Amino acid sequence: MRLVRLIEFLRRHLPVVVRVCLVVLALLVVLDAFPALVDKEHAHTKLEHGPGFWALFGFLGCAALIILSKAFGRLGIVRREDYYDE
Amino acid sequence: MSSFWLHPALVLMVGGLLLPLAPARLKKAWLLLVPVLAFVRVLTLAKGTFGVVRFLEWELVFGRVDALSAIFAYVMSLTCILGTLYGLHVKEDGQHIAAWTYAAGSLGAIFAGDLLTLFGFWELMALASVFLVWFRRRPESLAAGFRYLLVHVAGGVMLLAGIVLHCRGPGGSWAFVSFNVHQPGLAGYLVLGGFLLNAAVPPLHAWLPDAYTEGTFNGSVFLSAFTTKTAVYALCRGFAGLDLLVPLGVIMALYGVVYAVLENDCRRLLAYHIISQVGYMVAGVGLGTQMAVNGACAHAFAHILYKGLLFMGCGAVLHVTGQSKLTELGGLYKRMPWAFVFTLIGGLSISAFPLFSGFVSKSIIVAAAFDKHLLWAVFLLNLASVGTFLHTGLKVPYFIWFGKNNCKPETWNRAAEAPWNMNAAMAITAFLCLFIGCYTPYLYRMLPYPEDFHPYTAYHVSQTFQLLLFTAVGFFLLLKKLAPTPTISLDADWFYRKGGRLVLWLASKPIQLADTCLGELYRLAGLFGLMVSARSVGKFDNRVVDGLVDGLAETISAFGRRLRVIQRGHVQQSLALALAVAAAIIAACVLVF
Repeated sequence: MRLVRLIEFLRRHLPVVVRVCLVVLALLVVLDAFPALVDKEHAHTKLEHGPGFWALFGFLGCAALIILSKAFGRLGIVRREDYYDE
Repeated sequence: MSSFWLHPALVLMVGGLLLPLAPARLKKAWLLLVPVLAFVRVLTLAKGTFGVVRFLEWELVFGRVDALSAIFAYVMSLTCILGTLYGLHVKEDGQHIAAWTYAAGSLGAIFAGDLLTLFGFWELMALASVFLVWFRRRPESLAAGFRYLLVHVAGGVMLLAGIVLHCRGPGGSWAFVSFNVHQPGLAGYLVLGGFLLNAAVPPLHAWLPDAYTEGTFNGSVFLSAFTTKTAVYALCRGFAGLDLLVPLGVIMALYGVVYAVLENDCRRLLAYHIISQVGYMVAGVGLGTQMAVNGACAHAFAHILYKGLLFMGCGAVLHVTGQSKLTELGGLYKRMPWAFVFTLIGGLSISAFPLFSGFVSKSIIVAAAFDKHLLWAVFLLNLASVGTFLHTGLKVPYFIWFGKNNCKPETWNRAAEAPWNMNAAMAITAFLCLFIGCYTPYLYRMLPYPEDFHPYTAYHVSQTFQLLLFTAVGFFLLLKKLAPTPTISLDADWFYRKGGRLVLWLASKPIQLADTCLGELYRLAGLFGLMVSARSVGKFDNRVVDGLVDGLAETISAFGRRLRVIQRGHVQQSLALALAVAAAIIAACVLVF
């Protein structure tokens, strides 16, 4: 099946795929710094004018969500699957 | 009574009633024809008020067609086609009838022009939808269905109480128009409570992940579309501009995301993301500007399709492998590659990737919040977007189709591509998600207010790509922390699930104990006393009553015996003596005189 072959091709060349992704990420932040390309006239806060603000927001937000949610789960929210069965 | 107006819900209900009569070889054609006819009927509806029926003292309005009801009815009836196609191979008529009746309830509520009609169809939805849970026929489904029904009946009672108070209050009427959002009063808050329960606003939300996880593989596709989005419609109609809804919506958006981190069952994870996404819509309704209400409607439209697609993707995995827990799945891309692609498209749509449907709808709400300078809401909603991509775009596809292969041999052997009709339904829905994202006028022209929003500005695209792709970086760096565990997380349903146990415990322990004590007391004091008194009564009966009766009888008998003796001998002798004396007296008198 062609679709499976494509996925397996990408998996075999994982290091290259990762490198390409990193380049794309870097480009995103760099491009964001050029006012000619990304017009920030409509941005509402000063924070947003910094290049890569949303990249930082995304990364930190993701980490914070995972860590805080896990901590929340440890407060007794996460239970064994048979909790309601007894 | 006005002239007959063919309600699209009637098409579905009559079609459902006739379904068991359809011959076997025409069954599939009938299954596709009925929802298509209902959709065509929705498309051909003229704007205006129709189907007005006088019933006792009420004027019921079945057909209020305006821009707001039209867009919701459009997407609901469209989903009904897609959901039916997805479950086309299901043999049991009852499942299709339940799904269609449920969709009919939703359409009826959307077109209802008065509160009584709204309430009637509102309850029809709850009653019909519970069968989509029960038809899975697991003991857990039965229990979850009963909990779902009880919660919705309670919500319905709240709604009805609000409606009656509203209509009997000063200046109240049965018409379903906007409530006074500045001073809702008790009646307004009760109606609002009924709507918020169906919109799954915490803490009235726990029924949603509870029931949608237990639904049938195709039933949950219907469930994910109708109940919450009909509630969003009702909120748009009744409570646009109610400030309270903005913080509630933001809380919802984050609440669903937090629980999704902890979740192991993929369909339960998706259910939590319904809460999260409906949060955006509720916040949009709370903002209340034309742009925000447009955003809520657009997001509801896009959401119904991409969430349906996600439930179809995970439902396909469940249908084929029998598993929906991430700890029992993994590495399935070799077996179900198309289900992966479709689910990924759903995941990218809900995450609001550019060119996908969520991008053009969610951003209207966020922009409307910016326009009102609610910066806290904007940043928190963006944080919820991060969480959405983290789970639905990354966690679900990764841990089902890649990641560690947790499949048991029997799961792995069963895994294969889903039947053609399921893949066709997913393909059409995936196409619609992309079409909405690429060609904005399709959706924007249907919105209730004129909309000239332009989502594809360089800044917005750059912002979104940064936000989402760096979320992906965080995901892969923290992948170990996200590995699924065979656990469940407690939610607000704990109170009534354990509360129910408390009642059971009360009944089985203290109440049972009291009952036993009372029984013992009765045996000792009551029964003993009763025996003593019974014995005395027996004695009294034996001695006094019987003695009296016997004595009386003996006396009468002795008297009779005496009387008999007198009659037989002594009386005749006495009479003879008396006669002799009398004769002697008479003879003496004759001789003397």
